[in-house]
Amino acid sequence: MSFTMPDFMPALPEMFLLGMTCFILLLDLFLSERSRIVTYLLAQSTLLGALLLTVGLYEEGRALTFSDTFVIDPMGSVLKVFIYLATFLVFLYAKDYLRARNMFKGEFYILGLFGVLGMNVLVSAHSLLTIYLGLELLSLSMYAMVALQRDSLQASEAAMKYFVLGAMASALLLYGMSMLYGVTGSLDLGQINNSTAAMDGNSMVLAFALVFMVIGVAFKLGAVPFHMWLPDVYHGAPTAATLYLSSAPKLAAFAMMMRLLVDGMAGLQEQWEGMLILLAVLSLALGNVIAIAQTNLKRMLAYSAISHVGFLLLGVLSGTQAGYAAAMFYAIAYVIMGLGGFGMIVLMSRAGFEADNIEDFKGLNERSPWFALMMLILMFSMAGVPPFLGFWSKLAVIQAAIGVELVWLAAVAVVFSVIGAFYYLRVVKVMYFDKAEAGMPAISASLDLRVVLSTNSLAVLGLGLFPGGLLALCLAALA
Amino acid sequence: MIPLSNYLILGAILFCISMAGVFINRKNLIILLMCVELMLLAVNMNFIAFSHFLGDSGGQVFVFFILTVAAAEAAIGLAILVVLFRNRHSINVADLDSLKG
Repeated sequence: MSFTMPDFMPALPEMFLLGMTCFILLLDLFLSERSRIVTYLLAQSTLLGALLLTVGLYEEGRALTFSDTFVIDPMGSVLKVFIYLATFLVFLYAKDYLRARNMFKGEFYILGLFGVLGMNVLVSAHSLLTIYLGLELLSLSMYAMVALQRDSLQASEAAMKYFVLGAMASALLLYGMSMLYGVTGSLDLGQINNSTAAMDGNSMVLAFALVFMVIGVAFKLGAVPFHMWLPDVYHGAPTAATLYLSSAPKLAAFAMMMRLLVDGMAGLQEQWEGMLILLAVLSLALGNVIAIAQTNLKRMLAYSAISHVGFLLLGVLSGTQAGYAAAMFYAIAYVIMGLGGFGMIVLMSRAGFEADNIEDFKGLNERSPWFALMMLILMFSMAGVPPFLGFWSKLAVIQAAIGVELVWLAAVAVVFSVIGAFYYLRVVKVMYFDKAEAGMPAISASLDLRVVLSTNSLAVLGLGLFPGGLLALCLAALA
Repeated sequence: MIPLSNYLILGAILFCISMAGVFINRKNLIILLMCVELMLLAVNMNFIAFSHFLGDSGGQVFVFFILTVAAAEAAIGLAILVVLFRNRHSINVADLDSLKG
């Protein structure tokens, strides 16, 4: 039996990431507390390097390597680029926050980079095995990151809940995978797709496998009724970790859904469409309604994340190229807006003060009109007010749903997004029409955080005015 | 010879026991971690059985990876448990109630 060397080129960014992360892990041991900034700079340059490699390797069409377990295609490359960018922003936003809480350690960056590696593997997976390994590398990094603030009761409780529910979700997904393996006799997603397409859709075991896998994916995405962990984890984790959890992993979860359901089980579209419709309607309803009752901004944004997942599912369940592109556009738009939203909490917080209650934004307009305006843009965009980015992403997924004659579903989405507008606008009302409490100090964030966060918010406006480029990119990535 | 279905039923029973353990257990977090491990072992049973009866070694390779990841997962789970115990001085599941809303 001969062994042929696999083609390493498609996985070059991942190998670069792995090598650099291990190097930073070692180097960080020898750095003094004062030169910790070197770790930060190296982590950021690693992300930029991987981004350049991914862009350099970009090509139309798809290539398989490592015995067909690893795929590189335009969708994967575009998602990877946004994963690097989102993580870059997370590291940048989190720097001051971590410093003020004595958490400015190498671990945050190393866990973050390993998480990015996991996301990359997940995005490029072409086998059940690579999906599982990528997912676990990402999840394990995130569990540890939530628990990073060791003296915080809330953070350790959130980490425990996240760990138990996340591990259970992985086990459910694996159980589904084992069934799928038994029915199709292969771990390769291409072969699984061929086998499932050839089978008639009434196989009991196949339906069983599908249910378990959809539950696993829904857990990871945070779709209702598998959302229980999400508000607690977003609330309890240090905001720097919340920033990380809420951004790039959403793109990876979208990719996982695409790989499993579309690349692996396109023939069963009729069956998973119904399940996703149920998840989407429940997520839209519960996310938007419960968010109204929240007084904690992180918790409110967590419920808003659940409702955004509902919208994202709307695009995927349509089962058309346009629908997938709309869902991808939605995922990217949500990550940009979510980064801005949690970034504002980081900006307002300082040593000993978290700024994660809606009340802490009272009278922000008097204290800092510029950042009140930035927050206004982000909130309007999340609510789906034209001409911001959030409007176009909602429009795209609703169009996709109408395109497959699910008009009632589109109507449900519109109704709940109107209900959802209430709690976003309440934040705007608190900022502009409530009086600031005496003794609230001015914002004291560093220059780089201010500049980049402003750019992030203005990007929401800019991409809202000219959404064509991003939408065309998503369409081209899935063509 | 023992038929495939017996192995699958055993896997399903193990999976159900561990699932019930996660939901019924309200006393001890360590038991919860054990249930999570048992869940993965139930999946391993499935993979091995399918792999043997299909004559395909892919499933057995998968099991090795699951075992490795389960070890890493247990390490992180226990580490989080220690952090939690230091902060709360209890590993009672019912005490995990400071986050609500």
